[in-house]
Formats: sequence, structure tokens, C-alpha cells
Amino acid sequence: MAWANIVLQGALLGGLYALFAAGLSLMFGVMRLVNIAHGDLIVLSAYCALMVVQATGLHPLLSLAVVVPLMFGLGYALQRGLLNFTLGGDILPPLLVTFGLSVIIQNALLEGFSADSRRLQAGALETASLTLGDQIAIGWLPAIVFLAAIAVIALLELLLYRTPLGRAFRATSDDADTAQLYGVEIRHVFALATAVALAVVSVAGVLLAIRTNFDPSIGPARLLYAFEAVIIGGLGSLWGTLAGGVVLGVAQSVGAAIDPGWEILAGHIAFLLVLVVRPRGLFPKLAD
Amino acid sequence: MAGLWHIERSTAVSRAALFAAAPALAALLALPAWGDSGDMRLAVEISYYLALAQAWNLLAGYTGLVSVGQQAYVGLGGYAFFALSVLAGVPPLASLALAGLAVAALALPTAFIVFRLRGAYFAIGTWVVAEVFRLLLALATPLGGGTGMSLPVTVVRSLAESSRARGLITYYLGLGLGLGTVLLVFFWLRSRQGLALTAIRDSETAAASVGVDNRRTKLAVYLIAAGIAGLIGALAFLEKLRISPDAAFSVGDWTANIIFIVVIGGIGSIEGPILGTIVFFALRALLVDYGAWYLITLGALAVAVMLLAPQGLWGVLSRPLGLQFFPVQRRLRLLDSAPHAAPGVPAAGRGD
Amino acid sequence: MSLLETSGLTAFYGDFQALYGIDLRIEEGETVAVIGANGAGKSTLLRTVTGLLRAPAERIRFAGAPIGSLAPSRIARLGIALVPEGRRLFPSLSVEENLQLGGQCGRPGPWTLERVYRLFPPLAGRRRRPSTALSGGEQQMVAIGRALMANPRLLLCDEISLGLAPIVIRDIYAALPGIRAEGTTVLIVEQDTNRALAVADRVYCLQEGRVTLEGIPAELSRERIRLAYFGV
Repeated sequence: MAWANIVLQGALLGGLYALFAAGLSLMFGVMRLVNIAHGDLIVLSAYCALMVVQATGLHPLLSLAVVVPLMFGLGYALQRGLLNFTLGGDILPPLLVTFGLSVIIQNALLEGFSADSRRLQAGALETASLTLGDQIAIGWLPAIVFLAAIAVIALLELLLYRTPLGRAFRATSDDADTAQLYGVEIRHVFALATAVALAVVSVAGVLLAIRTNFDPSIGPARLLYAFEAVIIGGLGSLWGTLAGGVVLGVAQSVGAAIDPGWEILAGHIAFLLVLVVRPRGLFPKLAD
Repeated sequence: MAGLWHIERSTAVSRAALFAAAPALAALLALPAWGDSGDMRLAVEISYYLALAQAWNLLAGYTGLVSVGQQAYVGLGGYAFFALSVLAGVPPLASLALAGLAVAALALPTAFIVFRLRGAYFAIGTWVVAEVFRLLLALATPLGGGTGMSLPVTVVRSLAESSRARGLITYYLGLGLGLGTVLLVFFWLRSRQGLALTAIRDSETAAASVGVDNRRTKLAVYLIAAGIAGLIGALAFLEKLRISPDAAFSVGDWTANIIFIVVIGGIGSIEGPILGTIVFFALRALLVDYGAWYLITLGALAVAVMLLAPQGLWGVLSRPLGLQFFPVQRRLRLLDSAPHAAPGVPAAGRGD
Repeated sequence: MSLLETSGLTAFYGDFQALYGIDLRIEEGETVAVIGANGAGKSTLLRTVTGLLRAPAERIRFAGAPIGSLAPSRIARLGIALVPEGRRLFPSLSVEENLQLGGQCGRPGPWTLERVYRLFPPLAGRRRRPSTALSGGEQQMVAIGRALMANPRLLLCDEISLGLAPIVIRDIYAALPGIRAEGTTVLIVEQDTNRALAVADRVYCLQEGRVTLEGIPAELSRERIRLAYFGV
């Protein structure tokens, strides 16, 4: 058993989970909104990429140029047109509306694309790898995913801490009423937060589509992984979310090495352990 | 001082509703005589959903615990029944009861874990827990592992020899579960504990400030809801004669549908889930040929109701008229002359 | 035309009425004080003017235009800035970021970060600190600076002396002449009557949601003010 390799693969997988989680983390941070349809939106992005690739013959990674702006726009419209109306104190409306949305998206995809399993072909990228010694092999694709996660999180941190919009995000997250008093247009800020979140989701979705098989029903599991990565890492910290993703990925990888049936279970158990032993996560920032 | 006032419970409407319900109940009880086995299975299915909806309503509508993981307890109930009756040789009826108890007991340590989360995170946490149970049971080879197992003929026969007799037993048990849950919820809400629940529904901080033990109450509701789900799981899978992890722990079957029922019918009242169940089965009959469009419609309807009429259909119907079929309120009536209190208006749903 | 004018302004919190027909006017360049006991309706008045509490459009006019029904962010961009009661700084933002947030609506004017640091020197050395890591007086300075960064025509100050030691209050109020010198109209809401009367051109007294006194401080006797304040 090359444990070093197993852990490494798990860590790289963690990059994908961190990408799943970053958007969720942003939306919760700015609006206290947990989007139950989050995983299904990742899958929706994957299908968008599929359509782009089928229509243009582009390499899947290039489809990002279309899918990211598309999902950005969808996120803005979704928040402004629907989700903004669920915010306002009670936890039930946003939860139940996004739950309904989740069911709608899953079944609409089922209607449109059938339950067949799909995958985007990325050519040589899928199998190319770098071998270190005789025990460790780093696949190019997992490496790209991990680097993408780092890049996305770095960009998000830049956005949050170095731009006026990021200031508006953080101020709104602290105190939306007071932020309004200084001209911050709350409905617009919320919509931008969701737009950015869905742009990140779309990156995750395209990379997911290249990495694994997907079908309309895999959304909820992605939501759970995203959620677990956020909780393990600690609320309020994006780099913490990366760490959380890595922990989750490693747990799954180790579990799979012990017995394939234990793969996903190991991840859930790692999550529950963190919840019991360190409920605020490994690197919490928010006093929530 | 005594004799100056008394507490009124029932209203004219609730008394009328009781009269109207009686013949319907009688028809249901006599169903095996005038309906076929298909009708009986449908009636039992409606009962399950009604019971689960009432339980979910108690959780989400009264204690604010929005669980997307009740399927955990349905599945556990099913597997507990199979484990008890097949592996331990316990007679089926006893297995059913014990399964319910076992599930409620299992809910206790589970609560210890999930209660660390709040709000939407609690919801997803319950989902994770359900997944954990599903995955664990998929690894349990004595219970069929990932493909599941069928109920052995010997166990089936030990319930009753003839299929007709078994059908009758499961029918009345199912009906009993459905009606029993409605009555349980009704009497609980009428009681002093029920006042605590309603107080928590309206405002947790206010409730705590007058001495309601929020934590204990929420835990009690959580355990009872788990027990109900466990009983339903046990009975449902006895009826199906077969269990598998995917069927037992299906989010779609045991949770999504229930959520839609309660949301569309109306959260925070007893009548809401009843109305929701009726609407759900009517919609299902109407749209059965349209595959995925049925679920899209259901989802869209739930979204629309949540945005436009958060009190649900029952809230829309009952508010202007002040209706309450299940009299859970107390109204103060002074005995000197005419009643001083305003007529009982159904309290606002959660978050109003 | 007055800069701010309310006519028969009422305000409700659900079923509870907090203001019963307030008539109030502020001319450009003035400093007006609104005094009154707790619960008199002073903060409610400010919340209504800033749009946090909705009112019929016509009841509040700013530079002649009705603003009662506008959203707070619109009103802020029109030139009304509030220093909220209790400061309400953004804990996730540093001192400088709080100030920058204030200026984010982009209104042109004399107030810049440098100008604010000149008005409140203690802040310059603490600009990168989290806003909540400052003393009460310094936090009040940040709150005022944040509002000034919006370059308002009308600055509303809600109980800026609350919870501060007298020596600190003196420093805060010492900044007022600098603010007035830029032509900013100021409305001060205070429980500390002496302070308010010392700086104001005119004063209103509220009691249980009604105006009980209006006038020039120099012309009002202690007794009249006391009666208006407590309404005995």
C-alpha cells in the first residue's frame, strides 16, 4: 500500500471539494443563505459545458469561457429574481425554496438529458501524470483541479479584502441595515454574491465533468461534500475550506483503500468526528 | 373566584368538523369490505405520508428543527424490523413495536451530534446522518448488504397464514398509525407541553424567558418524530416484503414528498398536513403519466407557496375565516355575561 | 426652501405608534438639536428620515423633494448620512475600511480619508486596526468619519455622547465646528441637553412622539425646557 500516494490523491481530490465548497461558503458568509440546490447547480454547469462542447467541439476546459459568464448571469438573476424574496429572518423560506429548486433542477435535467451517465473528454489530460519515485504518481488533471482551487480561493480573497465590492460584501454580512445607510444597494450586492458563487460553482462543475461520470442525480452528494468541507474547515475562512476539502478527500481516499464500500462513509465519519470534537471546525473565523 | 371564568376549547366549526369526519372515518374503517387490495394499499400509503407529515410539521413548524434526514429513521425502522424478525426470530407484531422503540432510542445519540448545528446547517447535517446509516447498512451482509433482502416466507407466514389476513392486519395497523399520529399531535398540542411547543414556534427567546425548556422540548419532539418514522418504516417494509438501502433511505420517497406536503398544505397547524396530503395524492393521480414533470410541478408549487403564501393552502383558507378544525387553542370566557375574548383566530404560522 | 422638512410625520412599529405628527424644519447650514427622554421618538425620527422606517412620501421633504417612501440607499445617495446610535461599526472591517465604506456611494465633496484623519488625529495611527479594537471615543470618531465620507448635505448624529466619558464627549463635540465649516447641515439628537443646547442654532424637544418645544436655545429658559422634556 503506497500510503503516501493514497494521501496525496486524497489531498488533490480535496481541491475539487474546496471548489464545491467555496461558493457555498461565500453565499452563507454574505447572506446567511444555505443553498440546498448548490450541488444541483454544479451538475447544471456540467451539463452546460456538455452542451457547449457538443455544439462547438471545443476542449472542455475552453468551455469555461462560456459556462462561467453564463452561470454568473444565472446566479445574479436567481438571487435578484427569486432568492432575495426569501431572505428576511425566518430560516424556512430560503431552505424550502432552494430545496424545491433542487428538485426542479434535478428533474428538469432528467427530462432534458435522460438519466444516462455522461463525461467530458479531455483527451490526454485525463491520463497524463507525473511520476515521482516509484510510489507516487500525480495525475495532471487532479493537479490542475487543485491548482484551480488555490487560484479561485486566492481570487476570492482578493475580491473580499482588496476591492470595494468585497468591502460591501463584508459590511453587508456584518450589518445589512447599516450598510444601506451608506448607499450600499443590498439587493444588488446579494445578487452579485450569488453571481460570483455560481461562477465558482461552474468552474467546479466543468472540472467535475472531466474528472468523473455525471448524471442528473449526483447533485445532492456534491452538496453534502461541499457542506462537510466548509464545516470541517471552519465557517468564515476560505483557506479553511480548502483545508476542510483536503481532510475530506484524504478521509475518502484512505477509506477507499481499506475497502471500496468505505470510501464515502469514511468522509462522512470524518465530518461527524470533527463536528463532535471541534464543532467550530479546524480553522474557524466567524463568531457565528 | 371559581366559576367566574372557564377555558373554552372547541369552536362551532370544530364540532361541525367532527360530525363531518365521522362518516368518512367509518368508511375508511370499513374499506376492506367495499374496496379492493389496491384501494387498501393506497389508503395505507396515504396514512404513512400523513403520519410522516404530521411529525415533520411538529419538527419544522413548531420547534424550528428543519430536518432533511427523517429518511434515516424510516430506513432504520425497516431494517430494525428485518433484523428483529429475521435475525432474532421475534414475532412480527412485536418486531414492529420494538423497531419503533429502537429507532427512537437511536435518535438520542444522533441528536447529540446534529443538535450542534443550527438552521440550514442542521438540515444538511441530518441528511449526512441519513447517508451514514444508508452506507453502513449497505455494508451489513447479514441484512443483504447493498442489494438488500426479502422477507423470508416463514416470517411472512408467522404474521398470518392467508394473504387476505395479512392485508387486513397491515391495513388496520397502517390506518392506526396515520390516525394515531394525528391524534397524538392533536392531544399533545392541546396539553401544557403543547403550549410550550406553540410558544417555541412563535418565539424561542420569549418562550425561554417564561421558563420553557427549549432544549428538552425539542429533544422530545425529535425523538418522537424518529419513533413515528421508525414505526412507519417497519410497517412499510413489512408490507413491501423486501428492503434495500436505497429504498429504505430514499430522500425522494420519505423526505422530499413529505416536505412538499407540509409546505403546500401549511406549516404550523394540524390541518395543514392533512390538506397537503390530499393535494399531494390528487396531484400524483393527475400527473402520473408525466414522469419528471410531476416532480417539477411539485417543486415549483412548493416554491410558489413558500414565496406567495408561506402559511400554505390551509393558512390561506383558514385565516380570513378563523377556522380551526382541531381545537388546540384555549380561549378565556368570562361567565358574567357575553364572552369577552375575541373568537379564536388560528395563530400565525412560523415566522410571522 | 428648507433643506429638511417634515409635516405631520407619523411612524409606527407594527401597531405601536411612535410619532404623532412631527412638524420640523432644518435650514441649510444650521445645526439643529432634537432633545428628549428615552422613548420620546428621537431615534424613530432619524430612522424615518433615513428611510429605515417607511413613511408616506410627502411627509418628509429633502431639498423640496419628497423622500418618505424611498429606500435607505437612495436617501443616502441624495445626501443624508446617519451616525447611528451605538455607532454600529462593521466588525469585519478595519478603521480605514469602515471609512471607505462610508464613501462608497461616491458623492463628491470635501471629505476624504485624509480630511477625516485631520479631523480625528487618533484614527490615523489606528487605520488598519479592526474597528472594534478601539476605545469607545475612537469608535465614535470612526462612526462620524464614516458618515462624513459620504459627503452628506445633512449629517444626522444619533446620541453620539452615549456611553462616553465627559472628557471624550468634549473631544467629539470639538470636531463639530470643523464639520460646520464645510457647510454641512447637522441634526443632533441627544439626551445630554446641555451639550445639545450649547452647539445648536435651534432646538426641538420631543416627548412621547410629539414636539413639545421649539426655539432658539438662548431664548428658552431651563424651566420651559424641563417642562417640555418631561411633560409634567
